[in-house]
Amino acid sequence: MVAVAREEGVLGTMAKQIEVSDLDAYYGSHKAIEGITMTIEPRSVTAFIGPSGCGKSTFLRTLNRMHEVIPGARVEGKVRLEDQDLYGPDVDPVSVRRTIGMVFQRPNPFPTMSIFDNVAAGLRLNGRVSRSELDGVVETSLKGANLWNEVKDRLNKPGAGLSGGQQQRLCIARAIAVRPEVLLMDEPCSALDPISTLAIEDLIAQLKKDYTIVIVTHNMQQAARVSDRTAFFNLAAQGRPGKLIEMDDTSKIFTNPAEKATEDYITGRFG
Amino acid sequence: MTTPSTATVRTGIRPISVGRRVKDRVVQVLICLAFVLALIPLASVLWMVVKNGMQRFDLEFLTHSMRNIGARDVGGGAYHAIIGTLQQVLLASLIAVPIGLLTAIYLVEYGNGGRLARTIGFFVDVMTGVPSVVSGLFVLAFWILVLGMPFSGFAGALALSILMMPVVVRSAEEMLRLVPRELREASYALGVPKWRTVVKVVLPTAFTGIATGVMLAVARVAGETAPLLLTVFFTDSINNDPFNGPQMGLPLYVFDQAGRPTDAAIDRAWSGALTLILIVMLLNLVARLIGWWRSPARKGS
Ligand SMILES: Nc1ncnc2c1ncn2[C@@H]1O[C@H](COP(=O)(O)OP(=O)(O)O)[C@@H](O)[C@H]1O
Ligand SMILES: [Mg+2]
Repeated sequence: MVAVAREEGVLGTMAKQIEVSDLDAYYGSHKAIEGITMTIEPRSVTAFIGPSGCGKSTFLRTLNRMHEVIPGARVEGKVRLEDQDLYGPDVDPVSVRRTIGMVFQRPNPFPTMSIFDNVAAGLRLNGRVSRSELDGVVETSLKGANLWNEVKDRLNKPGAGLSGGQQQRLCIARAIAVRPEVLLMDEPCSALDPISTLAIEDLIAQLKKDYTIVIVTHNMQQAARVSDRTAFFNLAAQGRPGKLIEMDDTSKIFTNPAEKATEDYITGRFG
Repeated sequence: MTTPSTATVRTGIRPISVGRRVKDRVVQVLICLAFVLALIPLASVLWMVVKNGMQRFDLEFLTHSMRNIGARDVGGGAYHAIIGTLQQVLLASLIAVPIGLLTAIYLVEYGNGGRLARTIGFFVDVMTGVPSVVSGLFVLAFWILVLGMPFSGFAGALALSILMMPVVVRSAEEMLRLVPRELREASYALGVPKWRTVVKVVLPTAFTGIATGVMLAVARVAGETAPLLLTVFFTDSINNDPFNGPQMGLPLYVFDQAGRPTDAAIDRAWSGALTLILIVMLLNLVARLIGWWRSPARKGS
């Protein structure tokens, strides 16, 4: 039932590890990030932290080829999902995005669509699916996003009518409805109140059983709470490209980081 | 705790000064005056047209042509002109809206401000400035004289579509640019190809605005006289075939009747003008209804 998106993708199934080697990303002639090499483990939560403008969002978007939708933006280097080079010459970026889903900083439900249609959008826009199949996927996804109980009686009301926290969970439901293998989240809680934030954090803890999750966050406590591994990014100066300073188990980063810059950042001495 | 007056002194928060209050008032009054001033011509035109147009705005007017109506006869109507205008505007829309919309989609979604996009944008601006009589002359010279096609409603529609196209492009372009990039990205992130994103996400989001823009373009060309003069010619009879032979249009009808020296003809001209205004208003109403019917607000209630 839910295998539609999977089987159509050029990338097979199973849990996936992401390996990035020596990656640079540009906006026109401006180099935003430089020389990033890291491994992201499957079925775990990896957090990206670092001061604003150091390229966390940019890097995250290179992982599912969303970076290149910005005019003039390009990427150099390699990103592998298991053994497949995502930037290989005959890889279809559309199928990469089907396999690696994304949740954005500001909740962005489709304003012309109902709650049901929002969740069904990924499947529907990608091809013909039967109504009964859709019903099943929408229910599973909304339950997966802990939203089902709140919206099950108003599935045909517009998605834009929900609260901010509900909208963000709707966006998560929309993203998991196409059964991606990896879920990228760019500061998913930064526009939300503390209660909604907790709801999303609980959800991340559940989702990590099935997905590889990467989350960008400004909130150090959040990184410590939800993630297994943490990567710290920094930039030498304003206008210089951002770099990966270090990446390690979250407990190690927050108690005993290898780099002085990391320690300064998490103890609040800058950034 | 301090008293309010000392707090005022200490914090530097002061009441609004008299000078600013006066300026505020003066500007308010000026704006209201400007509004009324702008309304005077609009209201007086409407009032004149309704008052004079009602004289002959009857069933006979709406259902009869001018065939066999002599120079001094009362009676007759604008049925042939109404049919002509509806057909000509419909045909012009069928040509201009798809081309204009596709151009706008190219400019916003695919052009990326490249050389081709800038060139197209430049020519759209040039087209916006083409006087309507020139578009009529162009169709006359090219379609009728060079290609040897007959005077017809379709030739008129061609001339009107030249005038419509830039208006459609510019308004659709503006509406498409208003669709937030986040929505497109949300769609891409679901693995939806770009063209499907445009068709299923961007266009529906911008639909109401685009429909309004198209209606403005229709209203703009429905009243054009000069291009019709040169392309559909004149007739007093009903011609239901827009592809063959002279047709009539409401603006032409008004022009023609207003030039005749009898009171009956002048009355018919006013009624024709009233009919034209009503048709444009009706089309606008339809566009608004469609917009309302598709709006999330309605579905949410
Ligand atoms: N759309 C864009 N166009 C041009 N430059 C951009 C764009 N988005 C981000 N940048 C630049 O890339 C750098 C990294 O930004 P970003 O990835 O958003 O940082 P972060 O998410 O860590 O705050 C910044 O210098 C920013 O100015
Ligand atoms: Mg960011």
